Amino acid sequence: MKVNLSKDELAEMMRRMIRIRYFEDAAVELHKNGEIRGSLHTSHGQEGEIVGACMALRLDDYMVGNHRSHGHPIGKGAKLRGLMAELLARETGVCRGKGGSMHLADFSVGSLGETSIVGSGIPVAAGAALGAKMQGLDRVSLCFFGDGAAQEGAFHEGINFAAIWQLPAIFLCENNGYAVSTPISKTALVENIADRAAGYGIPGVVVDGQDVIAVHEAVSAAVQRARAGEGPTLIEAKTYRYLDHAANMGRDLKYRTDEEIESWRSSKDPIARFQARMLQDFKFEASEIEAIDAAVKEDVADSVTFAKDSPFPDPAEAWTDVYAPIVA
Amino acid sequence: MASKTFLQAIRDAQYEEMQRDSNVFIMGEDVECNMFGTTTGMIDDFGRDRVRDTPIAEAGMAGVAAGAAMVGMRPIVDFTIAPFLYPAFDQIMSIIAKSRYLYGGQAKVPVVLRANMIYGNGNAAQHSDRPYSMFMHMPGLKIMVPSNAYDMKGLMKSAIRDEDPVMSFEDVALWSTKSEIPDEEYLIPFGVADIKQKGKDCTIVAIGAMVNLALAAAEELAKENISVEIVDPRTLAPLDTATILESVKKTGRLVIVDAAFSRCSAASEISAIVSDEGFWDLRAPIVRVTTADTHIPFSSSMEPQLYPSKDKVVAAVRRTLS
Repeated sequence: MKVNLSKDELAEMMRRMIRIRYFEDAAVELHKNGEIRGSLHTSHGQEGEIVGACMALRLDDYMVGNHRSHGHPIGKGAKLRGLMAELLARETGVCRGKGGSMHLADFSVGSLGETSIVGSGIPVAAGAALGAKMQGLDRVSLCFFGDGAAQEGAFHEGINFAAIWQLPAIFLCENNGYAVSTPISKTALVENIADRAAGYGIPGVVVDGQDVIAVHEAVSAAVQRARAGEGPTLIEAKTYRYLDHAANMGRDLKYRTDEEIESWRSSKDPIARFQARMLQDFKFEASEIEAIDAAVKEDVADSVTFAKDSPFPDPAEAWTDVYAPIVA
Repeated sequence: MASKTFLQAIRDAQYEEMQRDSNVFIMGEDVECNMFGTTTGMIDDFGRDRVRDTPIAEAGMAGVAAGAAMVGMRPIVDFTIAPFLYPAFDQIMSIIAKSRYLYGGQAKVPVVLRANMIYGNGNAAQHSDRPYSMFMHMPGLKIMVPSNAYDMKGLMKSAIRDEDPVMSFEDVALWSTKSEIPDEEYLIPFGVADIKQKGKDCTIVAIGAMVNLALAAAEELAKENISVEIVDPRTLAPLDTATILESVKKTGRLVIVDAAFSRCSAASEISAIVSDEGFWDLRAPIVRVTTADTHIPFSSSMEPQLYPSKDKVVAAVRRTLS
């Protein structure tokens, strides 16, 4: 589906992609220094599919994601301060220091939570779509998950629920080729995860995940279908993650070659590719892109300062929000 | 006042709450055809949008309910038989129980997960569990195990209105038992035990259908002038420990009757709490009357002996007094 994007929207696409890239660059450094604890799963290389998908959504649409959790809320429009503060385990974090890197959520922008049990978000996203439908809202619900999650039972059950009830859901498989170290060739016989859509009686679409515009068009078509009451779509974005499954896993697992990583980085990087198109096809001046870049760098630096200046949660907070507060 | 069965109480609570709040809906296997009698008349009055038959996909049912709840709905999910909760374990434990906490209070997951417990009828190991203690282990869940139709209705209505996830464990042995149910609306709060009868010699804490066993045992013991106090906790999470400790303080003796397996059971937890907080009130060791720690066999030559019985409860109380 051809979408006419305004210059502002194109600029916003670039802005969101580099917000993810620079935010995660900063996070990797903070993790190396020991300032971020726990595990850190980055989406370097996957920014195109994230932003292409999220830009097809409205702010009040719902989104569910996974352990590779930073890019999704940034793509959906969340402010960086609360996200970085969460990574740094501060009281001002979006989850008030209880979720951390794998579990970002910002309900104010429709980000209903990233879940770290692989595949578990798929039925939840279907449920949010059911809620929107039953309430008569024209909201849609989009779920990001990886190729690993596509082998989980939750994938089957969640998508089938959305299909039989014709729910306004978009299932976006971020196929980066590897479930941790295990290549997709070892875990699925079908060439495309999207081919499985036929088994649910819904459309399946394969798209180049490194092309932000192509993803945006594919997801926009699915959103249009969903809002029109025509049910869910399974979209598979072929993408690639540059860094390890999680930062600091300690050793080189040697499941892929440096040449493979380099070939994706050098010829298919979603940000570099889009920048080239902005200059050539969309008539941006280099200075305009530089201005976006500089503003994002400032934003990321601000988020780190904000986070570091924020207090850690009071230890007593460990016991809050287990249940709803008791209303007298 | 009207005499209603346990099943009618479930149905009436659901029906009234669906009338009251358009966000309440029911989903589960065979709910449209009213397989077990808890959705009588509902398809006619609420339609297929709010009485939803599902595929046999328990993880999907739980996860879909969780997602709907996060955006403002109040789903009731009928899992039918309790071991059918196991395929949904991930969704219940990692999503439903934890989302409020994990996302720093942004998420609320007001779902009611219903499961019935059928045992003692030759349905063998995979259909006969009473698994509430597995879920008691997990913070974030509320758990009700009502012992009669009156409590069932009042607790179910509270469960549907609760801001947190509630699991309702419904003993099939109680299905046809009746209570007098008031015509006017009433709610029973969670975490408030009911003292079924006062007594001074020994406290029996009995869970779900075991309350009736305890009442029968108490009647027999009364003939020997043994006075038993019976506490029905009604909800296991939250658990009304204050009422249990208060009763033990008075009687000095405690028997816990729980139809679940003994190991890591609700009975074990109650026993631990009373040992921790009421030890100096005890005049005898705590006795648990539970189901034996083996699987439930099919044959009637093996099955009945495994469960708590009136005689076992009577013997347990005598043991505390000997």
